[in-house]
Amino acid sequence: MRVLMFGWEFPPHIAGGLGTACEGIVKGLAANGVQTIFVMPSASGDEDQSATTIVNASDVPVEDFSETVDDFLDKVKFVRIGSNLKPYLDVEAFEEAVENEKKGQRKEFRVQYGQKYKFSGKYGANLLEEVAKYAQVAATIARERSGQFDLIHAHDWLTYLAGIAAKEVSGKPLVVHVHATSFDRGTDDMVDTRVYAIEKRGMEAADRVITVSDLTRNIVINKYGIDPAKVVTVHNAVDFSGRGNVVAERGVKDKVVTFLGRITFQKGPEYFIDAAAKVLKRTKGVRFVMAGSGDMMNRCIRHAARLGISDRFHFTGFLRGAEVQQMFALSDVYIMPSVSEPFGISPLEAMRTGVPSVISKQSGAAEVLRYAFKVDFWDVDALADDIYALINYPALSHFAGAQGYDEVNNLKWNNAAAKMKAVYESVTNTQ
Amino acid sequence: MKKSICLYFQVHQPSRLRLYRFFDIGKDSHYYDDFENRTILRRIAQKCYLPMNQLLLETIEKHKGKFKVAFSISGSALDQFDRYAPEVTESFRRLADTGCVEFLCETYFHSLASLSSPAEFSHQVLKHKAAVESHFGVTPQAFRNTELIYSDAIGEEVYKLGFKTMVTEGARHIMGWRSPNYVYTHDFEPKLKLLLRNYALSDDIAFRFENRDWQEWPLTADKFAHWLAAAEGDVVNLFMDYETFGEHRSAGSGIFDFMRALPDKVLADKTMDFQTPSEVARRHKSVSELSVPEPISWADEERDVTAWLGNELQQDAFNKLYSLTETLALLNDPQLWEDFGHLQESDHLYYMCTKFFSDGEIHKQFNPYDTPYEAFINYMNVLSDFMIRVNDALAQK
Repeated sequence: MRVLMFGWEFPPHIAGGLGTACEGIVKGLAANGVQTIFVMPSASGDEDQSATTIVNASDVPVEDFSETVDDFLDKVKFVRIGSNLKPYLDVEAFEEAVENEKKGQRKEFRVQYGQKYKFSGKYGANLLEEVAKYAQVAATIARERSGQFDLIHAHDWLTYLAGIAAKEVSGKPLVVHVHATSFDRGTDDMVDTRVYAIEKRGMEAADRVITVSDLTRNIVINKYGIDPAKVVTVHNAVDFSGRGNVVAERGVKDKVVTFLGRITFQKGPEYFIDAAAKVLKRTKGVRFVMAGSGDMMNRCIRHAARLGISDRFHFTGFLRGAEVQQMFALSDVYIMPSVSEPFGISPLEAMRTGVPSVISKQSGAAEVLRYAFKVDFWDVDALADDIYALINYPALSHFAGAQGYDEVNNLKWNNAAAKMKAVYESVTNTQ
Repeated sequence: MKKSICLYFQVHQPSRLRLYRFFDIGKDSHYYDDFENRTILRRIAQKCYLPMNQLLLETIEKHKGKFKVAFSISGSALDQFDRYAPEVTESFRRLADTGCVEFLCETYFHSLASLSSPAEFSHQVLKHKAAVESHFGVTPQAFRNTELIYSDAIGEEVYKLGFKTMVTEGARHIMGWRSPNYVYTHDFEPKLKLLLRNYALSDDIAFRFENRDWQEWPLTADKFAHWLAAAEGDVVNLFMDYETFGEHRSAGSGIFDFMRALPDKVLADKTMDFQTPSEVARRHKSVSELSVPEPISWADEERDVTAWLGNELQQDAFNKLYSLTETLALLNDPQLWEDFGHLQESDHLYYMCTKFFSDGEIHKQFNPYDTPYEAFINYMNVLSDFMIRVNDALAQK
């Protein structure tokens, strides 16, 4: 089994959890005898290629192939991102504008033949443009390597168009992997419709959809209208190999309760602050840390100040690499009160460090972690209760810490990859 | 009787904090960015303090005692001079020796203690008084509070500490139809005289001097002396930051030439002369008492204390800090006292101000942090460490 995989990032240069998950997946697949070619928009060359072959899309010139441009455009129907919104056109003028737009599109596309596109591979302002360009390059790669893979696997919406283009060109089955949806990024009535459209197209075009949790599977079925029969949950795992135990010297004698992640609405930071205020009313020997940054950070700082707990509630800002490990090592309790979390790898990291975790029932991780404490994200009293218990009753925290440690060490990418392999087989065999 | 022109310059430098992270709490109790503080102080000494002191000294000598100014130099600034630029202390001492320079008393750490704790306030005032005596050999007679913050309650404390003259802001919402160009007295302590800043004329020098969109630009000494002569009243109080000269307004703007020429022009007009705050209070009778129930200051459009205590961040930081006052009084630990003082510098709270729209530009100019939130986080981390030290010291007692 050989897989052409499209991702957006890969360690060591990562902005979120997607790259880390992709690395775990390709390693797990390799252990299961599945070869992968991993395409990413902007590789730096220092990626670990022991388990996969990395293809840097920025190095691939868009090649001319036998079909005409029109044919290709027809096939791929890639999303063109342009500002074609012009108000107050009459019918004729509109027709003309659309024609011109089409001509321009063909012209622009011809110009790009033989050229490379320098992807940033980040999540910047021209993200949608990069996503569309990535699809063009993907088509080229799929054509060039047509004999080298049996199946296409695309991770998250950024790569869905690439996956579709590759499928159109090669005719091989497509699996899209949903690590997160628009509904995890915004609220129900505030999703980015452009992203939603791409996600829906990717899921519809796919032969199978893999979701990271049943929570996400339900969203895919209910909000995107995808046939439940082709949506399969494969829970994430976590790779701790090569990770030493970080020993951090503690400066404070108090217990430390930590929240670590983007400070956005989706992560439920304010429930953490409210719970902290409740705990501090009962006991003083505890400090709370909110590590990370995000668009709700300033609001959270004000919230903590208003509650008058700023001397016991600390913000660290964005943490990098070793600092994250250090933060876990300094913690006594880890909290993930996410309002919506497709999976949520951070409590696994905490539990691996022996830190007991309290997580929201609205997270995918809650489906696999038996030894994490689970509360509804909005139930601040329950959250405060658990925190209080974990910092005051050593028997409880020792038990939760030790059991959690064993539990997360048994969540292996090899097992997850075996399930993915089964999914692959189900689509390649039917063809 | 001649009209008094009263120049008073504020000299202050905060102890800027280093980047102090959560991970440092309980491990490292050095809070200050010594390199930054030294660099800034040396720069301002070269651009402002030394050349301007020299200019004033020459002008005083030239006019043989007829040109007079007043300074208030915070203890935090004096500490930094002693440490990083002793020649600045020396040059202020030469000015003191002329007898034409009055030194005002303030809170040692340029703090907001007046808004929190009378005990802490009086402690810092006496500490500053002693510092002025030891540095310049004179005992300060007049008082100015941090950022000219004043209220009836603060005035009462100041009077209890033995001062008969205090300077503050001629805030429009307090003055109403009345002019700042007269001497007033405290609402119910008739022996405490109040000198009010003429903010229009003061800001012509401090803020508008370089502004080419201002219709009066360029401001010449001639023109300004004419305005002073035309101003109604007994006294014109020109109070401003000393850093106006050479730092906020660059030498290239002509600010030094302006200040060199101004005394000639003022003294050429026989209806005016220069007086220091205490002299003004002695020379002129008070026209009325002034009631200031809520604190005023010279900051921002509001002329109140919202630049330091306007949002919940500042209030929480302020409350947490001053909640330690009584505990610290029980401890006899000079290092803790020192840090407590520096953490009280009003600048730390000023950096947390979120009033971006009206006076944001001025706030930004003096702010080492990118956002008020960063300022708050850093300050609270430092304060958390400090609180641990205080509690540990208390536990050992």
